Amino acid sequence: MLSRMKTLSCLQILTGCTNTEAQVSSILKYCNSRCLAVVPQGGNTGVVGGNVPVFDEVIINVSSMNNVISFDKVSGILVCEAGCILENLISFLDNRGFIMPLDLGAKGSCQIGGNVSTNAGGLRLLRYGSLHGNVLGLEAVLANGEVLDMLGTLHKDNTGYDLKHLFIGSEGSLGIVTKVSILTPPKLSSVNVAFLACKDYFSCQKLLLEAKRKLGEILSAFEFLDEQSMTLALNHLEGVRNPLPPSLHNFYVLIETTGSNESYDREKLEAFLLSAMEGGLISDGIVAQDIQQASSIWHIREGLPEALIKAGPNYNYDLSLPVEKLYNLVEEMRTRLDNLATVVAYGHLGDGNLHLNISAPQYDDAILAQIEPFVYEWTSKNRGSISAEHGLGLMKANKILYSKSPAAVNVMASIKKLLDPNGILNPYKVLPQSMIH
Amino acid sequence: MKIMVAIKRVVDYAVKIRVKPDKSGVETQNVKMSMNPFCEIALEEALRIKESGLASEVVAVSMGPPQCVDTIRTGLAMGADRGIHVEYPDALYPLSVAKLLKALVEVEKPGLLILGKQAIDDDCNQTGQMLAGLLRWPQGTFASKVILDKEKQAATVDREVDGGIETLSLDLPAVITTDLRLNQPRYATLPNIMKAKSKVVKKYTPQDLNVEIKADLEVVQVTEPPKRKVGVVLSSVDELIDKLKNEARVI
Repeated sequence: MLSRMKTLSCLQILTGCTNTEAQVSSILKYCNSRCLAVVPQGGNTGVVGGNVPVFDEVIINVSSMNNVISFDKVSGILVCEAGCILENLISFLDNRGFIMPLDLGAKGSCQIGGNVSTNAGGLRLLRYGSLHGNVLGLEAVLANGEVLDMLGTLHKDNTGYDLKHLFIGSEGSLGIVTKVSILTPPKLSSVNVAFLACKDYFSCQKLLLEAKRKLGEILSAFEFLDEQSMTLALNHLEGVRNPLPPSLHNFYVLIETTGSNESYDREKLEAFLLSAMEGGLISDGIVAQDIQQASSIWHIREGLPEALIKAGPNYNYDLSLPVEKLYNLVEEMRTRLDNLATVVAYGHLGDGNLHLNISAPQYDDAILAQIEPFVYEWTSKNRGSISAEHGLGLMKANKILYSKSPAAVNVMASIKKLLDPNGILNPYKVLPQSMIH
Repeated sequence: MKIMVAIKRVVDYAVKIRVKPDKSGVETQNVKMSMNPFCEIALEEALRIKESGLASEVVAVSMGPPQCVDTIRTGLAMGADRGIHVEYPDALYPLSVAKLLKALVEVEKPGLLILGKQAIDDDCNQTGQMLAGLLRWPQGTFASKVILDKEKQAATVDREVDGGIETLSLDLPAVITTDLRLNQPRYATLPNIMKAKSKVVKKYTPQDLNVEIKADLEVVQVTEPPKRKVGVVLSSVDELIDKLKNEARVI
């Protein structure tokens, strides 16, 4: 869908001209005075078109703002510029015994400013919480060029309205994030990864409950993927082999634990797995014996977006749903689409986040008609979110009412009008056009 | 036929190692330890031979401090039948390991010994060869393929050498050391992990085996290799020519 879009944008401002927030500020001030629309860009890994110019918007790329400003070794508070690539921050912290509170497959390219602007979730939200909790402060440039300094480094600060939360997840529509202050957890040495087979979705749910109860504080990730996802991974990802040969299972669950005591964690995990096996929740499974095996297992899950792209045309949906009902949607989609396309499902089961993908032989409006608006209506009926972590961007700009009330969206529109009266920041994105004007 | 496999507990291959400030060695505190990758391959090969019906038992041996038992348990979880732990608190060098293995061979009487070609911590690549010498057994090192012939009691081993692949035929009993491309080790499955808990690990000390450990090697210093210099991005061809002429002095 996005590949069919052309852009008329003819000006991209990047390296050399966007090294400091002062430069971003003067660019925005000028654009605001001339009512020139802008699109902020960072790592360009967004999947909802939030970073794509629609007409002739000026692209402001902050990649050259990639310095670490400070790091407090005692508190773990990192202050850095928005253009820092996530993987580089992870390496920087690794040398100092800390980790970033978020991790995603796109870490090699995505930048922290973009992560914050989209309130990225990722693989470890279950353990470390969302960016709304980990970001202690940020600096953003408003539409009129004003540099808003909210770059606090305090755990607790109840003085007034906490403005930074407006910018976290607003996808560049309220301001351009230029600096971030984030709380980083200490790096714990004992990491264990288990890959398990379940015969049905109900077992996956029960397993999640048992994992939370029995693994408790050491649980750091709980991901699921279905048989169709595994088939896709085996067919399209290089170097991937079936961890539980010879056959394919209906469901797979990836559990990761992170703690400080290797033998204690291992014992806890093995006791949990034994009771899960005896209780019939898992039919088979493996435990990684070294870091290489753990990476191979993660690669199966993290590589699914890549495998989907390689498989061909793909319609993808990122939904938050009540865990009990989550897979019902997948089954209904399979019934609706029958032989027209393959429905592939995986996601952060621990967070109730389903990544629903329809892999089709070609882009086809007939197929799309079977998917939309059914998917959105189903989600809305079950009080779910039509965008759990990817954001609204361009693709879902007119879909917000499936998950938010008109009254709420009206307040959002008022805030947008207050902070960006000329509507120059990332127009046509996030909120429906009809509600802004 | 019994197969004995030697496995070593080393710093995990994927860990970014750091040299200790006193340069006496590499930092191993709070660092993930795992089975040496070549030893994993050795154990995998032994298990495959057993599964094809050509061997009756696979025994995994490890030597060192008490934590070695974790590595043996991993081996048992992969499918080894029994474990042997030779407990010794300090570092053991290849000649000592070879002498201890020879003593164990006299107790266990295996028909085949499979070792990793080298450990990734010291890269010695000596233990298999020394052991074959002490036992006066044939050796096939850097194996990339192993085929056993039960009738002839021989092993055909493809070796990865500088010039290509060399094929040897060894009469059993023999020593084989494994290279990377021999096989891809299996994951430890849950049923096997549970079974491993009840498998026997027998403990010995060097004294039990009548082997005297002599420190014939002393590590004088361990230093990091020189850091690679950062590259420079130039802005024009003129600058490149200037640097080649005046800095690198190659034109």
